[in-house]
Amino acid sequence: MVESDNNSAATTLIKIEGLYKLFGNNPKKYMPLVHEGKSKDEILAETGHTLGLKDINLTINKGEIFVIMGLSGSGKSTLIRHFNRLIDPTEGVIEVEGTDVMKLGPKELEQFRRHKMSMVFQRFGLLPHKSVVDNVAYGLSIQGVSKSESKAKAVEWLATVGLAGYEDQYPAQLSGGQQQRVGLARALCTDAEILLMDEAFSALDPLIRSEMQDQLIELQEKLHKTIIFITHDLDEALRIGDRIAILKDGEMVQQGEPEDILLNPANDYVEAFVRDVNRARALTVETVMKDPAYRITASTIEDALKQMKGFKEDYGYYVNEDGYQGVLTEETLQAAFDDDKKADLDSLQYEDLEAISQDAVLETVIPDTLNSQYSLPVIDDDGKITGRLSRSTLAEVLGNDDKVTEEKPAEPKSN
Amino acid sequence: MADASWLSEIPQLSRGDLRDIRKYLDTAYRDFSREYGEMIEGFFDPLLTFLVWFEKLLLATPWWLVIAIVAGLAYLSSRSWKLSLGVVISFFMIGYFGMWDNTMRTMSIILVCTFMAIALGVPIGIAMARSDRVQSVVTPLLDIMQTMPAFVYLIPVVMLLGIGKIPGVIAVIIYAIPPVIRLTNLGIRLVDKDVLEAATAYGANSMQRLMGVQLPLAMPTIMAGINQTIMMALSMVVIASMIGVKGLGQPVLKSITNQYFTLGLLNGLAIVALAIIFDRVSQAYAKRSQRHLGGMDNG
Repeated sequence: MVESDNNSAATTLIKIEGLYKLFGNNPKKYMPLVHEGKSKDEILAETGHTLGLKDINLTINKGEIFVIMGLSGSGKSTLIRHFNRLIDPTEGVIEVEGTDVMKLGPKELEQFRRHKMSMVFQRFGLLPHKSVVDNVAYGLSIQGVSKSESKAKAVEWLATVGLAGYEDQYPAQLSGGQQQRVGLARALCTDAEILLMDEAFSALDPLIRSEMQDQLIELQEKLHKTIIFITHDLDEALRIGDRIAILKDGEMVQQGEPEDILLNPANDYVEAFVRDVNRARALTVETVMKDPAYRITASTIEDALKQMKGFKEDYGYYVNEDGYQGVLTEETLQAAFDDDKKADLDSLQYEDLEAISQDAVLETVIPDTLNSQYSLPVIDDDGKITGRLSRSTLAEVLGNDDKVTEEKPAEPKSN
Repeated sequence: MADASWLSEIPQLSRGDLRDIRKYLDTAYRDFSREYGEMIEGFFDPLLTFLVWFEKLLLATPWWLVIAIVAGLAYLSSRSWKLSLGVVISFFMIGYFGMWDNTMRTMSIILVCTFMAIALGVPIGIAMARSDRVQSVVTPLLDIMQTMPAFVYLIPVVMLLGIGKIPGVIAVIIYAIPPVIRLTNLGIRLVDKDVLEAATAYGANSMQRLMGVQLPLAMPTIMAGINQTIMMALSMVVIASMIGVKGLGQPVLKSITNQYFTLGLLNGLAIVALAIIFDRVSQAYAKRSQRHLGGMDNG
């Protein structure tokens, strides 16, 4: 998960309101039917017009990766083409930095496309008759930037995406993954603030795809672009998206952060999607851990025992000024209490229990969690306990149980 | 309708009516050509001057220089010694069998016709590719140009302009221009939509799209069209000679009327030699300039 730029996280960059797209010869005429709420199929049968997008509303913040996800025919590629008006909407408002894109004249639109947005395509869209470096410099050459300047920049970006030395090759001489790196370099070369990526990695094989995802995430950490990413792959969406919107038949089904979508699917459609996701890889500990953790903050055994009486479990995590120390069981405490109830807790033999980071991906903590008879304490970057993760939570989240999303059952007392 | 003969025989204009119609159209056209013939001829004068000058230039150039230039061009466009050697040998043989001057005349008119066909045909093809309406108008015209026997459109051209080089050039162009128009149109329409969309997404205007994407990507197809145009122009040489275009066609025509088998064969072979040279050179050039597109399907 990419951390979004904190200072600008709240700045809205792109706003789409009430966007409709009806494909056909005379879409305006049939828009009333759409507003009456007729379905896509009814409209097609009655008028021969295809409803591409229906009442899309979204806001995209500066510096985030916004993923639009849907199956083929869901309208996601149509939607992304509205951002730079490769497709004009039938109705609706598209605002970028407060400018109404629909009001731009042809010349202004050209300027807007040249400087504000760049795009990466599923099938690369490279110019086969131009060398790799000329392809990367294409955006700049369209803008009329001098040849030497655009070439220098292109060479730089090629090196950034790991293709130094390929400058004079032609696209046909490169593999799919390399071609898409060229596509990415071309998009970055214009320094446009917004990056549109239309199923950019879908045509690549899985290994290359995850490599490219890593590279994109890495680049984004440096560049803080605003990226709109289209995909049909929920795993990909969850991996790179700061926020995700799910489209179905041209309608927005759900919008939210990856965890939201994964843990609280809005309807059966999203749930069907979510079912196949490898949650162990998609979720971090933080999103599934239970709160509160059983902290023992007392300094004497007597106080500690009192604290523990209030817990549901028969153990607790011992915390002193230095943060989390280890786990104490009721049994140990009771024995120590019988010995000397005023003794200092620090002198006591507590059990070592490795804490796990709240940012860890679930997959990486499965062995530790399963091997421990206690819930594992979860700590943040400062070593403070923020929650706990038990075997049963893990089983519940990762298990193929449809009821995960519903009310979480109270945790049973472990023995 | 007592008379039911229309059942067995197709209804027909009476002979008198037909004659009147023909007479009317013929007279009208004759009047038109009398009225405007000279003006139109004047319009073509610069072209005629150029044709004459170009023919004289080729004829005045020493034979070895012509061979050297053509062989040099062949080498430049194909980088093949074999082809260049073939050019030298064929031209030498043509000269050796006494057909040098006629070959130069034919070459001059074919070159001019080809350049004019490209200069007119490519823009028309571009216009067709950009507008379905233009395409729907031009396509049937091209069909007519390709199927109407050349003699039929030679009649009005000769009536208007007399016999000579200009009507010859017009006839050759009418016959030879359709492939370059059709294939330019086709080539541009077949350009990968994704690539074009990418250019648009980066803010290319329509001129930048045409020059930077559409034409370069359509070039292999356009070159095929140009190649066909050259071949068809050459095949018109004999017919053009009937309206007074000098060159290799005239001896062929003479051979037909006098049954000179060898003379006809030799001149025919010279036309074939020219055709093969033009074809190989233009194809080799097209192939070489599109080398990097070679592995495109593997991507």
